[in-house]
Amino acid sequence: MEGLLHQVFAGLANGAIYASLALALVMIYRVTHFVNFAQGELALCSTYSAWALIEAGASYWVAFVVTVALSFAMGVVIERVVIRPASRAPALSVVIVFIGLMVALNSVAGWIFGYSTLSFPSPFPAEPPFGNHYIGSHELGVIAVTLGMLGLLYVFFRFTTLGLVLRAVADNAESSRLVGIRVERMLGLGWGLAAAIGAVAGIMIAPIVFLDPSMMSGVMLYAFAAALLGGIDSPIGAVVGGFIVGVLENLMGAYVIGTELKLTVALVLIVVVLVVKPSGLFGQPVAARV
Amino acid sequence: MSLLALAGLSAHYGCGPVLHGISLDVAAAGVSVVLGANGAGKTTLLRAVCGMIAREGTVEFDGARIDRMATPDVARLGIAHVPEGRGTFPNLSTEENLRLGACSRRGPRDRRAIASLFERVYQYFPKLAQRRRQQAGTLSGGEQQMLALGRALMSSPKLMLLDEPSFGLAPLVVEELYRIMRDINADEHVGILLVEQNAAIALDLADQVYLFETGRVVMAGPPKDLRGDEALRRVYLGY
Amino acid sequence: MVAGAFDRGIAGAQRDGVARRALSVATVVAIVAACAIPLWGSPYQVFQMTLVVIDAIALLGLNLLTGYGGQISLGHGAFFGVGAYTTAVLIHSWNVPYLLTLPCAGLVCLALGFVFGLPAVRLDGLHLALATFALGVVLPQVLKYKGIEAWTGGVQGISLEKPAVPFGLPLSPDQWLYCVALAVAAGLFALARNVMRGATGRVIVGVRDSPVAASSVGIDTALTKAATFGVSAMLTGIAGALSALVVQFVGPDSFTIFLSISLLVGIVVGGLASISGAVFGALFIQFVPNLADDVSKAAPSAVYGVVLIVSVYLMPYGVSGLLRKAKARAFAWIDARHSRSVTSQPTKPTKQGS
Repeated sequence: MEGLLHQVFAGLANGAIYASLALALVMIYRVTHFVNFAQGELALCSTYSAWALIEAGASYWVAFVVTVALSFAMGVVIERVVIRPASRAPALSVVIVFIGLMVALNSVAGWIFGYSTLSFPSPFPAEPPFGNHYIGSHELGVIAVTLGMLGLLYVFFRFTTLGLVLRAVADNAESSRLVGIRVERMLGLGWGLAAAIGAVAGIMIAPIVFLDPSMMSGVMLYAFAAALLGGIDSPIGAVVGGFIVGVLENLMGAYVIGTELKLTVALVLIVVVLVVKPSGLFGQPVAARV
Repeated sequence: MSLLALAGLSAHYGCGPVLHGISLDVAAAGVSVVLGANGAGKTTLLRAVCGMIAREGTVEFDGARIDRMATPDVARLGIAHVPEGRGTFPNLSTEENLRLGACSRRGPRDRRAIASLFERVYQYFPKLAQRRRQQAGTLSGGEQQMLALGRALMSSPKLMLLDEPSFGLAPLVVEELYRIMRDINADEHVGILLVEQNAAIALDLADQVYLFETGRVVMAGPPKDLRGDEALRRVYLGY
Repeated sequence: MVAGAFDRGIAGAQRDGVARRALSVATVVAIVAACAIPLWGSPYQVFQMTLVVIDAIALLGLNLLTGYGGQISLGHGAFFGVGAYTTAVLIHSWNVPYLLTLPCAGLVCLALGFVFGLPAVRLDGLHLALATFALGVVLPQVLKYKGIEAWTGGVQGISLEKPAVPFGLPLSPDQWLYCVALAVAAGLFALARNVMRGATGRVIVGVRDSPVAASSVGIDTALTKAATFGVSAMLTGIAGALSALVVQFVGPDSFTIFLSISLLVGIVVGGLASISGAVFGALFIQFVPNLADDVSKAAPSAVYGVVLIVSVYLMPYGVSGLLRKAKARAFAWIDARHSRSVTSQPTKPTKQGS
């Protein structure tokens, strides 16, 4: 029982990360109708910059805030320089650009920081909180930080004019222009936000999976699965999907198929969702666009 | 001086030209109506005015050239385009749709200014007030058209471009809409460039009519000219 | 005037016919010569060129799916890997003759690709990209799985013997394998070329360009897409099988997502929807990363990333597209010279296919 609860809590902590990354994917999907394959590598670059800042002597939370801000800027710049010129190209070309971006960012991180595994500090105490046996401090902290971020995002999208404008762009870009919204700028903002969310996710998961250039590949696969499970166009779906995938992954790994096949859970989940319910749990029905 | 003046306006989609040197005016607080069959270039005309497609020629609004401006900038000058198919934001609520209409309006955007705009829109369209929290996509066709007009009104425009507001609506609803449009035109001093296939009802509102045929103006003048010309009347009005 | 233009048209066509025939004869001679050269190279050069031939087959498979079929696969390395493992397991565990393992690997991948393609066909390109990406990422982990270790050798992989040269041919094993790969490639390329120029090719491209129109004339688009997926996986799987023979080793980490991305780079660089593009792509992914590797461990993937992005903007039809343009220009030049001597009027260049 204790073991089961421990697995569930660890799953929730991972799930929080997947939820954030899936949310970032959904955000970009909703405004561009493309899946950002480079999302994980953006987060990777962010995490390395946080590491470098901490190594250079910055305190953890200063490094955290600076990294999130830098990542936002990086997202805006990448949208402007790499993605926007391809926005009118056929889908295949855009996917190729995304894959190119993914590979390029990964190699930049590897080039600068090397391929050895680095440990990343956690801001939370090493002892489990309140002397419990089920959940570690870092795991609890990850859940808290993520939920806090999701709450902020909810408030931003739900109650601010800028959030409303972003939702409008996602809903109907042409009409957005007609009410005077500069859609391209909003796309840049969306990319910035997605990169910032990714930065938080990367910094939070780095102490768990350790920091190296291949750190995000598995994490992103779960995030893809989470986004698809929830519905690739549904922010709520992404969050719910993230937590489900996190718990499922841990339970399957611990009790059913063993840790060495854990990634397969993501593949099976992706294929099952695509076969059974391509729109996911919360998404709008998808139809092949003609 | 006219509010909107087009001179030699041409536009084309990928395959070929759709508009050939259109010249057209909308007087300040006036109503110009463009009539024509399907494919005459009416929708393209509106899209060309707000820069949604590539165009040549001059477009003057309020005495300034706007033919090189991007769509959002045109909108910010006070031109509210209600596109064909209404162009609402289907996943947002009625109130959010209206709020977006005001998000880049000229003039104050503080809480009180917005609140009074809302009040005015709900006066014109009381039904929208009842549907305030409903998703726009779930509104009826007539309500969506009201929402589209309401959103345009929220930007306190000087000019509204209306693309077939009667399309797909029951005759009674169309009458109600046109009554409200007449009120808006009179009370808010908004100029209107209206594109319609339903000539009979549009003519009642018009003070200048343009007949379009395959991208060209074939006749221009006040509505009584059109009514007086039996041949034209038969072809375009069907009575 | 009309008659004049007509005459000139015929003369142009004849001249074109002659020039084109000369060019295709020259191409064939060049290809045969190019294929023979490696036989005189060092064993390592022979080995490398064999890999180029194998990569070309794999790229042909992916290009069939992505270039012609319009479906994106980010996980074709998985089929390459499955093909390689099929061959390795058959030889290692069951002593199946190595040449027989090639069609077996092809069939396994055909079936796998078809099954994977079936659900994928209902979806737009993006979902397919995601699903195949997942497949590519997951495969190494599956290959390492303890439950099938008896066959796959787990993390260790499987080592194979070099096949013996038959009939007492005066060739080294490397040279023999090069010939085998070349023969397989020649067969598959000829097949692909004829299929894509025939009715089947038109069906595949039709389903890519206008699925609605295709289904309205009675084409089963779902079946077509799934079959395209299957055949594409088969070609790539056969390439994988050959690579197992040549490298004499299969291991889980030879078939990571990086391999899938290399294949994507190959078809983008070579040219989408072009048969000859597969060869240029294969040369690129065989040699460029090796060169870049000397600079830094990160350099090969950096090159890939930049090449992918830049290709989309600067050469959307890849190397074969550039060559096609050059060829059209050469013909225009010949034509211009010719017509200057016959008549003063310039003729337009005739469009050339690939």
